[in-house]
Amino acid sequence: MRKLKKPPDPQQPPMSSHDVVITGIGLVSSLGEGPDAHWQKLTQPGFQPVLEAERFAPYTIHPLPEIDWNLQIAKRGDQRQMETWQRLGTYAAGLALDDAGIKGNDELCTTMDMVVAAGGGERDEAVDAVILAASESRNDRDVLLNEKLTTELRPTLFLAQLSNLLAGNISIVHKVTGSSRTFMGEEGAGVSAVETAAARIRSGQSTHVLVGGAFQTEHSDMLLGYELAGYLHRGPWKPVWQRQGSEGGGVVTGSGGAFLVLEQREHAKNRGRKIYAELGPVVSGRARRRQGELNSEIAALLKQANLPDGDLLTISAASGGHAATAAEKAVLDANPALAVRAFSTLTGHMKEAQFPFAVALAAMAVDRGAGYPVFDATVERPFEGAPNSVLATAIGYHQFEGLGLVKAA
Amino acid sequence: MANLRDHMGRPIVAVTGIGVVTSLGIGKADNWAALTSGKSGIHPITRFPVDHLNTRISGMVDFLPSSSKGASHLTYELAETAAHEAVSEAGLDSGDFGGPLFLASPPVELDWADRFSLYNSDKQEAGAERLLRVARGLKELDVFETTQFGSIADRLADRFGTRGLPITLSTACASGATAIQLGVEAIRRGECDKALSIGADGSATAEALIRFSLLSALSTHNDIPEKASKPFSKDRDGFVLAEGSGALVLESLEAAVARGATILGILRGCGEKADDFHRTRSKPDGSPAIAAVRAALADAGLGEDEIDYVNAHGTSTPENDKMEHLSLSTVFGERIGSMPISSNKSMIGHTLSAAGAVEAAFSLMTMRESVIPPTINYDNPDPAIVLDVVPNKKRDAEVGTVLSNSFGFGGQNTCLVMAREPV
Repeated sequence: MRKLKKPPDPQQPPMSSHDVVITGIGLVSSLGEGPDAHWQKLTQPGFQPVLEAERFAPYTIHPLPEIDWNLQIAKRGDQRQMETWQRLGTYAAGLALDDAGIKGNDELCTTMDMVVAAGGGERDEAVDAVILAASESRNDRDVLLNEKLTTELRPTLFLAQLSNLLAGNISIVHKVTGSSRTFMGEEGAGVSAVETAAARIRSGQSTHVLVGGAFQTEHSDMLLGYELAGYLHRGPWKPVWQRQGSEGGGVVTGSGGAFLVLEQREHAKNRGRKIYAELGPVVSGRARRRQGELNSEIAALLKQANLPDGDLLTISAASGGHAATAAEKAVLDANPALAVRAFSTLTGHMKEAQFPFAVALAAMAVDRGAGYPVFDATVERPFEGAPNSVLATAIGYHQFEGLGLVKAA
Repeated sequence: MANLRDHMGRPIVAVTGIGVVTSLGIGKADNWAALTSGKSGIHPITRFPVDHLNTRISGMVDFLPSSSKGASHLTYELAETAAHEAVSEAGLDSGDFGGPLFLASPPVELDWADRFSLYNSDKQEAGAERLLRVARGLKELDVFETTQFGSIADRLADRFGTRGLPITLSTACASGATAIQLGVEAIRRGECDKALSIGADGSATAEALIRFSLLSALSTHNDIPEKASKPFSKDRDGFVLAEGSGALVLESLEAAVARGATILGILRGCGEKADDFHRTRSKPDGSPAIAAVRAALADAGLGEDEIDYVNAHGTSTPENDKMEHLSLSTVFGERIGSMPISSNKSMIGHTLSAAGAVEAAFSLMTMRESVIPPTINYDNPDPAIVLDVVPNKKRDAEVGTVLSNSFGFGGQNTCLVMAREPV
């Protein structure tokens, strides 16, 4: 089942020029945009999340902050070709490129590889609603579909829906063209994207890679993707760890995006860039959950990640989904050295962006030499001191798992 | 004994199993017989009514048990069928493959049949609110799983016993080639000694057809379906939407030789380059496609004069074929007029996410069988595109190396270089 990747080679020197370092972070969530805004809010003890409980009742979501798209997507024409999901991803990618000093540098952009973790874009809800309403009084539903879709659909909407067109838009807007790959598959896509990008750098295949994802939850179809299995939490909002036994399935979603610039250490040093942190081992797996393998899989991944001794700040991307969150909690609780912070309590679940977001928060803590206060005082315990390493986890709400270790640069 | 490392000191990657399904049939034997006799799999659409549609033909796969069960189920069955053929040919345990899985598959959405059925199972409220309320009462996961982007690969991982977290990917029309590239790279990095790369696409729904139609991408030559896909012809008017799957078992040459496996071909090189010009059109100077071809040649350690045959992307759209000609003639210079270049899509249509894998499978068979499948429907050559397209009839030829092109919407270009023999 596991063991896709061989464990890190113990013979390898602890620091080599092909080490992977993080030199750019682009974040957007209900908390704001950029590492500074996120740091300020997340380190405010007792910070209360931004919630929207009315618009999609009975579901609560964490909405997007106000964003001036022009700041990262200069051309109106480009903005018009996208819906919010692609705009959000393109925007967050631009923030990361800016942060790494790569944006606008032709040489660096044309040689930059890219791995995007993506789902799909927004459907036209109004057209869908018209078709569904008409289906109540018609038996020739397939004909109805042809009739309405051929006349009502906006031709370019298709391009705003295609999974690989988030990467396509990043190439068009930010000129990142070394290579472009899109991984699909919820949180697991985000894990694989970071894992593959890091493997490319370690092996000398890439010098710098843009990696990340975005999720736009303010659209009924995006909620439907969870709710077809009853995954969404209903009723009053609660922190991630406290949703067991509440009405619904435990997931509260949020709009947001996270992109990272991963870079070969030598490449970053040669161009004199600030390094947030080193990205250590990234491991992933696929537990056969119906056969009860999730707990043992998470435990095995922790072992594979070669965790350092002593207290370890752990940024968890736990979704709140009942079964997966309970399994993750059980395994993390069994490791008393781990001081866990489930950031989705404050941002909501951002699907494909969960793992890149967790890695970003881990890198910020390492860089600033401080942990985050507890996000949920009833469950999480304080962490004192300056973290030298921080663990990031992403246990999928339905399938796929991964984690990564971020270390001081 | 053959050299086990390539020109850059990386493990050489061999192909030890090939599987394929297209509208021409299931498996290599049926497909190859049809392909080399110039038979087309393009036919009138019968899966759904064609009222109001400008395009009423396709290369759908209508003969599998899941053909009428929706995109997710059909894509799984296409992938499973091709992978089973490939893994069996490789002589590996089809329930315990033991290497990673890379799946190129279409983005998923809730099928309209399910949307209608959920919606009409209730009367309260309307639109999205009703769907959400019905959804949370569902007791089965079947419909849910058709909407999860990782579910097809998850099922395949169970079925074949692949290792680790399977990667599902999309680079649009280049996806199948990217799945192969990811497998090649994992072996070269020493992460595994074998990988299963699959491209599968069973997503030719009415909505998909209409979406491409609204972008004016599809042929509307409905009257004689088998004549509609005519790459490099003057009267080409768009691609023909199609379904299919291709699967390769990739293995380090070292591991394959050690276990006495039959080597079906070598994956010599992969190259890619993204386009930043436009969402559906490529840069007018062809530079991204040119860079992708050159990157593949460099990765393979081969010069321009060492490619024997090009398996073209050849979609039959006015734009692609023109750009592909421009790119190839820039890379290969004067030699381009005498190099055989054919398009499988003239017979099977454009299998989208599967195309790169299906065409890699056919490229490998071209070398093994010493027969080049033709570009059919080449009755009115485009005078602006002077190429030896292997018109209308197969050609016997010794082919030692193939370049296979895949150029996608969204500007994702991937090229593969394959060889018959290790260096």
